[in-house]
Amino acid sequence: MSHRLPDGGRLIDRSRPLEFTFNGKRFQGFAGDTLAAALLAGDQMLVGRSFKYHRPRGIVASGAEEPNALVGLGEGARFEPNQRATTTELFAGLKAISQNHWPSLEFDIGAVNSWFARFLTAGFYYKMFIHPRAFWKHVYEPIIRRSAGLGRAPDPETRDPDRYEQIHAFCDVLVAGGGLAGLTAALGAARQGKRVIVMEQQPHFGGRVVVDTPDMGGTRAEDWLDQTLDTLRGMENVTVLPRTMVAGVHDHGYALGYQRIADHEPGADKPRHRLWRVRAGLIVNATGAIERPLSFAGNDIPGVMLASAMRDYLVNWAVAPGKRVVIVTNNDDAYRSAIRLHEAGVTIAAVIDARPEARGPLPERARALGLRILEGMAVHHVTGHKRVTGVALCRQDGDGGAVSESLHCDAVGMSGGWSPVVHLWSHCGGKLIWDEAGAFFRPDPARPPLGHDGQGFVQALGSANGVMDAAAVRDEAAAAFGSEHAHPATDPTKADAPMAPVWMMPARAPFGLRMKMWLDPQNDVKVSDVQLAAREGYESVEHTKRYTTLGMATDQGKISNINGLAILADALGRPIPQVGTTTFRPPYTPISMAAIGGEARGPLFQPLRRTPLHDWHEANGASWEPVGPWRRPYCYPRSGESRHDAVMREVRQARESLGLLDASTLGKILVSGPDAARLMDMLYTNMMSSLKVGKCRYGLMCNENGFLMDDGVVARLSEDTFLCHTTSGGADRIHAWMEDWLQCEWWNWQVHVINLTEQFGQIAVVGPNARKVLETLDTDIDLGRDALPFMEWRDGHLGGISVRVFRISFSGELSFELAVPAGQTRALWDKLLDAGAAFGVMPYGTEALHILRAEKGFIMIGDETDGTVIPQDLGLNWAISKKKADFLGKRGMERPAMTSPDRWKLVGLETLDGSVLPDGALAPLEGENANGQRLTQGRVTSTYYSPTLQQGIAMALVHRGPDRMGEVIAFLGEDGKPIEARICDPVFYDKAGEKQNV
Amino acid sequence: MSEPVSALPGFRNEGMISVVEAGPCGMITMRGDLTLPALAKAMTDVMKADIPAQRRITHCDHGRVAWMSPDELLLITDYGAVPGIIGDLQSAIGDAFVSLADVSDARAVFRLSGPQVCDVLAKICPVDFAAFEVGEIRRTRAAQVAAALLRDAEHAFTLVCFRSVAQYMGDLLATVSAPGGEVGLYRG
Repeated sequence: MSHRLPDGGRLIDRSRPLEFTFNGKRFQGFAGDTLAAALLAGDQMLVGRSFKYHRPRGIVASGAEEPNALVGLGEGARFEPNQRATTTELFAGLKAISQNHWPSLEFDIGAVNSWFARFLTAGFYYKMFIHPRAFWKHVYEPIIRRSAGLGRAPDPETRDPDRYEQIHAFCDVLVAGGGLAGLTAALGAARQGKRVIVMEQQPHFGGRVVVDTPDMGGTRAEDWLDQTLDTLRGMENVTVLPRTMVAGVHDHGYALGYQRIADHEPGADKPRHRLWRVRAGLIVNATGAIERPLSFAGNDIPGVMLASAMRDYLVNWAVAPGKRVVIVTNNDDAYRSAIRLHEAGVTIAAVIDARPEARGPLPERARALGLRILEGMAVHHVTGHKRVTGVALCRQDGDGGAVSESLHCDAVGMSGGWSPVVHLWSHCGGKLIWDEAGAFFRPDPARPPLGHDGQGFVQALGSANGVMDAAAVRDEAAAAFGSEHAHPATDPTKADAPMAPVWMMPARAPFGLRMKMWLDPQNDVKVSDVQLAAREGYESVEHTKRYTTLGMATDQGKISNINGLAILADALGRPIPQVGTTTFRPPYTPISMAAIGGEARGPLFQPLRRTPLHDWHEANGASWEPVGPWRRPYCYPRSGESRHDAVMREVRQARESLGLLDASTLGKILVSGPDAARLMDMLYTNMMSSLKVGKCRYGLMCNENGFLMDDGVVARLSEDTFLCHTTSGGADRIHAWMEDWLQCEWWNWQVHVINLTEQFGQIAVVGPNARKVLETLDTDIDLGRDALPFMEWRDGHLGGISVRVFRISFSGELSFELAVPAGQTRALWDKLLDAGAAFGVMPYGTEALHILRAEKGFIMIGDETDGTVIPQDLGLNWAISKKKADFLGKRGMERPAMTSPDRWKLVGLETLDGSVLPDGALAPLEGENANGQRLTQGRVTSTYYSPTLQQGIAMALVHRGPDRMGEVIAFLGEDGKPIEARICDPVFYDKAGEKQNV
Repeated sequence: MSEPVSALPGFRNEGMISVVEAGPCGMITMRGDLTLPALAKAMTDVMKADIPAQRRITHCDHGRVAWMSPDELLLITDYGAVPGIIGDLQSAIGDAFVSLADVSDARAVFRLSGPQVCDVLAKICPVDFAAFEVGEIRRTRAAQVAAALLRDAEHAFTLVCFRSVAQYMGDLLATVSAPGGEVGLYRG
């Protein structure tokens, strides 16, 4: 049984015991524990169930590579699935639950799947569930969805109570990994005066050095570590970040760091995670190496662990994996674990070494300590179910026919060699080479990921670079940043003896054993699955990965990839480097979605643009409508009034007396310079250069294809200055469109464009009493019918406020639009409300605006247009100049498809029964098109109930519409029933335009 | 004439740093070739200011002149002084191809100060503050909206954004400067 030792544990504070629960059971650990260490200290070997067979799973590793120990962490709003116990710092009151079990961890019905394991092989789903077709959706998928999957998603009704943020940082050198290589490199770079950021994913620094090399040639590793960290932290040009993982390396030296500030302090008044967005001149990949498992039957039973993890738990947290341990290895390094465990009083039943002989310094030392070493031997199979009870042994070079010996033990430490963590090197295209001696892929220094200058921007150091000896790591890292190092040269007599690549135990194991050798314990992929895939013709490692799901689990195959591709290479009869690896993609381990979102949640989710009158609208009961990033009042319902009734009231008021509209969102772009008129003539379809100063003209803007993209009123402010009004949604886009043409095509034209949208609030004063109310305010502008005629503007003052008055109308009524500095818009609005009281003044919202314009047959960009509509479709031929040599869109609208008489064109519609047509309703025809879709002859673009006409009115694009006046055609209602409507003129109200001209 | 009202009157937040909405502030956009002699002369005559170099701010009696782009300057002055200055500049410039516009009401201005001001701004602006000197201006973004930063002192910035997003900016600055969010990146 795994247990806590009475002494030791460099990372724990025994004076601070912490209570926690796992599946409701109470446990106790210490400050400094990981959840995994504390569970092992409490003899909780079984921590989860596997994905496919629901096999019992125990803790395998001690760090980010852990495939099994995934738990649901926290509860309620802070519940989070798939948290790795090995990287979860223990805190008081932690609550964890195991995953993927039903009904309980101890007794799981899904485990019957393993009885059928012979049939649940690679590609099983593809082969089994393809016929009959209908069964997938209705039978197979629901069953599989219930039994598969890891963690449970959080309750959708809960809201994450924590805050998150991001930060941008810049440095010369970003060091990923705070171990021996990383810290040595950081110190060298910092001493050269470089700006350095060091990111270490764990809460503590040092990597493996303190555990593996406590004595660094006369210096205690702990002392070196403390001293180095002190030095680095004291340097102004260095930022040292624990609990921060470099998650990904991206183009041009951009890297993402994932800082877990407060995962271990839930509820603290801190951001929980911070995402670092770093631009680095050089990224040092000092991310260490990961030990590989060995493939023997039963290597997934709880109690089978990585040998290095065993000594991590021992040294760091004073936890022994068992009372009686077997070590199985193909290299010398695992002897470090055997020796450490032996010295700590744990019985080492034997060291099973697959090599014919083990004569390196470490095996010799183990021998001297009296440990039993079995050379040339292999684990035939592990006994036990929910925990290890023993191992059966056989010859490594045989076919496993005879078990030579059985040993009782309660834990097995395995070591198949080490794989450099080359992920960051590879994210941006760094290439790998196969290292025969170490049997691993390591970064190829000749082919690093390249930056903008064609130079490599990632440098691998230390065991991530395949340098496995501590002294050599230090020399390499020191040399990389030019610092001389007094460290004595590596003593060859002390070096580990060569390892022997062992990809299967025993070497010629039969099928019965191979189908119990797990490669990927999280996704339940076994040696036999990869071999089957190879037999079925899968040659590419990428295809094999997807077919077998090897390495596709949440751990992304950190411990399983190399073993898997070695099996594949063997099955294909090709060398490993020729088979290659799958692609390493960011993030290194999963990062939280909330960190990616950062502060952008709640009110900050999306910037809300507010007009100068926003607060007034809010205080006066506006019912809001989103208009791009703005929020505009849809209407202003009074107490007990429905939205519909409010809209009807607002329309009638504007038609009969006086309404006010906040039109501040309208785009206002100043076009200024000697070539202003020339630019205006190019941008608009109609002639703007002939516009007289003081006058306004409605204009259309098309893109190069001739499609209508914006409209609005243009005012000529002076000979070389125009003010262009755009649609609310078009302001920024049209400004950018103008700059684009000026900067890229017409760069030598003397004209500037300046976006003044936010400088002015704009208030439309609308209705028969509009002039009267303005005249009651103190003004120096003659607002008379002839002094300020329709489609002209004047500058002056109203009620002591500087305004520009445009006599323009989007409602068909007498109307003045007042442009006023944004900071004084509210003051003018208040004066208008006061003065308008005599006329029953009411503000009106966007829906009344729409009805008023639809009654007049005025088009709306985005309703009558959709990017495929040209002005001619809307009967706007009058606004297209025939005199101008050119304008944007001129040639586009001359193409045959645009001039065809068969286009759908704008008409008005009156329903025969007076009802309101559904928005977007289609007019169907008999027959179908080539795609089997019903033929249509028209589409509703705008539809409203008109309180003025007291009937439903609509505008529509109809095939040859204007030629079919008076014809009755049917549109589909929401219930699918036809609604008959008569085609008519789109101008329903005041066709002569007398009302706006009084 | 009504009193001008700024975008977020009276807004103030004390957290890791102090954030204060600056109230009405005069701003003039000036577009034109910055090498034009007429432009330089107008700046000297009216503003008593030199044309700032790239990303620089020059100070003058009327306020500050900031470099915005190779053909744009921002004149920052008292709100009430703007019409007069525009008139004077217009006369001084004459027929030269230069455009002027009053943008005082289009903007919101915040003053940010405190030893952690760079750390707070680094959370929302992709800017290297170690390479951002006092007397410099940068056009950047603050989270999701456009912003300009003027470094007034080692630990003080003026932040300018569009008026319509002033509330967003205030909320944003308050959020990312909430105590507990200390970073320790810029320790100078």
